[in-house]
Amino acid sequence: MRRFDLVTPVSIDDCLGALKGRGPEVKVLAGGTDLIAQLKVGMLKVAVVVDLSGVADLRVLEGDAQRGFRIGAAVTARTLERDATLRAALPSLSESGALVGSIQIRNLATLGGNVCNAAPSADMAPPLVALDAEAVIAGSGGRRRVPMASFFKGVRQTVLAPDELLIEFAVPATGPRSGGAYLRHTPRRELDIAVVGVASQVSLVDGVCRKARIALAAVAPVPVRATAAEQALEGQPLTPQAIARAADLAVDAARPISDQRGSAEFRRHLVRVLTRRTLTLALARATA
Amino acid sequence: MAKQFLSFTVNGEPVEVLVQPYVTLLDALREDLGLTGPKEGCGTGDCGACSIHLDGQLVASCLVLAMQARGRSVTTIEGLARGGTLTPLQDAFVRRGVAQCGFCIPGVLMAAAALLAENARPSEDDIRYAIAGNLCRCTGYTKMIEAISEAAGMAPRTAAGVKG
Repeated sequence: MRRFDLVTPVSIDDCLGALKGRGPEVKVLAGGTDLIAQLKVGMLKVAVVVDLSGVADLRVLEGDAQRGFRIGAAVTARTLERDATLRAALPSLSESGALVGSIQIRNLATLGGNVCNAAPSADMAPPLVALDAEAVIAGSGGRRRVPMASFFKGVRQTVLAPDELLIEFAVPATGPRSGGAYLRHTPRRELDIAVVGVASQVSLVDGVCRKARIALAAVAPVPVRATAAEQALEGQPLTPQAIARAADLAVDAARPISDQRGSAEFRRHLVRVLTRRTLTLALARATA
Repeated sequence: MAKQFLSFTVNGEPVEVLVQPYVTLLDALREDLGLTGPKEGCGTGDCGACSIHLDGQLVASCLVLAMQARGRSVTTIEGLARGGTLTPLQDAFVRRGVAQCGFCIPGVLMAAAALLAENARPSEDDIRYAIAGNLCRCTGYTKMIEAISEAAGMAPRTAAGVKG
C-alpha cells in the first residue's frame, strides 16, 4: 500500500479540523472495506487518512417506527442486519445491510461508507432513498441536511465537499401501516454485487396506498426513484394489478448499461420483477 | 513518515509495538508479532483467509489498519486454544481431517468460532451462512460443515469411516 499519514480524531469537531482547508488528498476512513481495498490496488492515492473509528458519536443508533431513527454514519452493516428494533421497523434497510459482503465485511462496512463510496450498485442506498431519509452533513459552517434522493451526483460522486463529513442519517417515522422491502439479483447468493436492486416502501390508510416510494440500484449512475410508478400507486388499493402496472412503469425510470454483470435488457426485466416482488412484500409487511 | 505507537491486546496479552500508519493489522500481526496463522489470500476482503476477531467481532484483518486496533482486543487462530488444549471446534477439524492445503483453515475456524459464540445450536444453513466469507478451493466445504456441526453437538463425535 502507498504511504500516507493517519489522523485519529475522537470527536466530530476534531474530524472537521482535520478536514479543514483540505482537498481530495485527504480521505475519511470508516469501515475501510472500500477505501483500504482501493488504496491497495492503486485506484486511490491519498496523503492523509482520517480514521473515524475513535469517534463514538458516529455510531449513534436510536429511534423506533413511531419517532423515526437516527443512524450514525459509522453504524455497521452487521448492526443494521441484527438490531432487532431496526429490523422490525426498517426491514428494507436491515435486509440491504445483510446482503453486503460477508460477515467479515459487514462487521467493518458502514452505512455512511457505503453511501459515500457512491457505487451505482450500493445496496444500502435504495432503502434510504425509499425511506425519505436525509443525510446530516457537518462542515465548518455548521450542519446541513440533504435528502438521500439528491445526495448522489454521479458514479462515485456525492454532494459532500472535501471538508465536510457525513455524520448521520435521519429516517422519518414510517407510521403504523407501513412496510418496506429490499431485494436484489445476484448470480451468487453471497459476496456478490447487485445486477439490479430495488427498495420499496408503502404506507396505507384504510386499505389505500397513501404513500409509495420505489428506489432502484445499478440501473443508472446514481440510485433513482421510479416516481411515475409511485404516483400510479398513491391513492389506489394495492391490488396485484396495480402492483403489476407500477412494476411496468418502474422500468421506464431505469437507464441501465450493459456490462459484465448483465445486459441493459436483462436489467430492465429485473427492475420489473424486483419491483413487483418488493411491493408485494412491502404490502404484506404493512398489513401484518 | 514516523511510526506510530500501537497499544492493544493480542490473544489476551497486552502488546505495544511501533507501526507505520499505513500498515494493515494483518501485516502487523504477521510481520511484527510473528502471528502467521492469519493468511493473506486476496488482500481485498474477498477470501476470508485473514479472518480474526476484533473485540469479539469477525473481521477481515487485511482491510483494517493496525492503528485502528489501538486499545482494542484481537484474537487470532493462535489464541483460540488457551493453555495448550484445542477447542472442541479445532479438535473436530483435526479428527475429521478437514484441512487439505490448509491455507483457509485459520480463517474458517475464526468464522466458525464467531458463529458458535453467538449461536450454540446452528443449523446447516446457519453454518453455511457463517462461513460464506471464507473461500476454500480444496475441501468442497462438506467436512468443515460436519466438523462445525459436531463441535456444536449437532453431529456425532466421529464421522463414519474415520478413526477417532
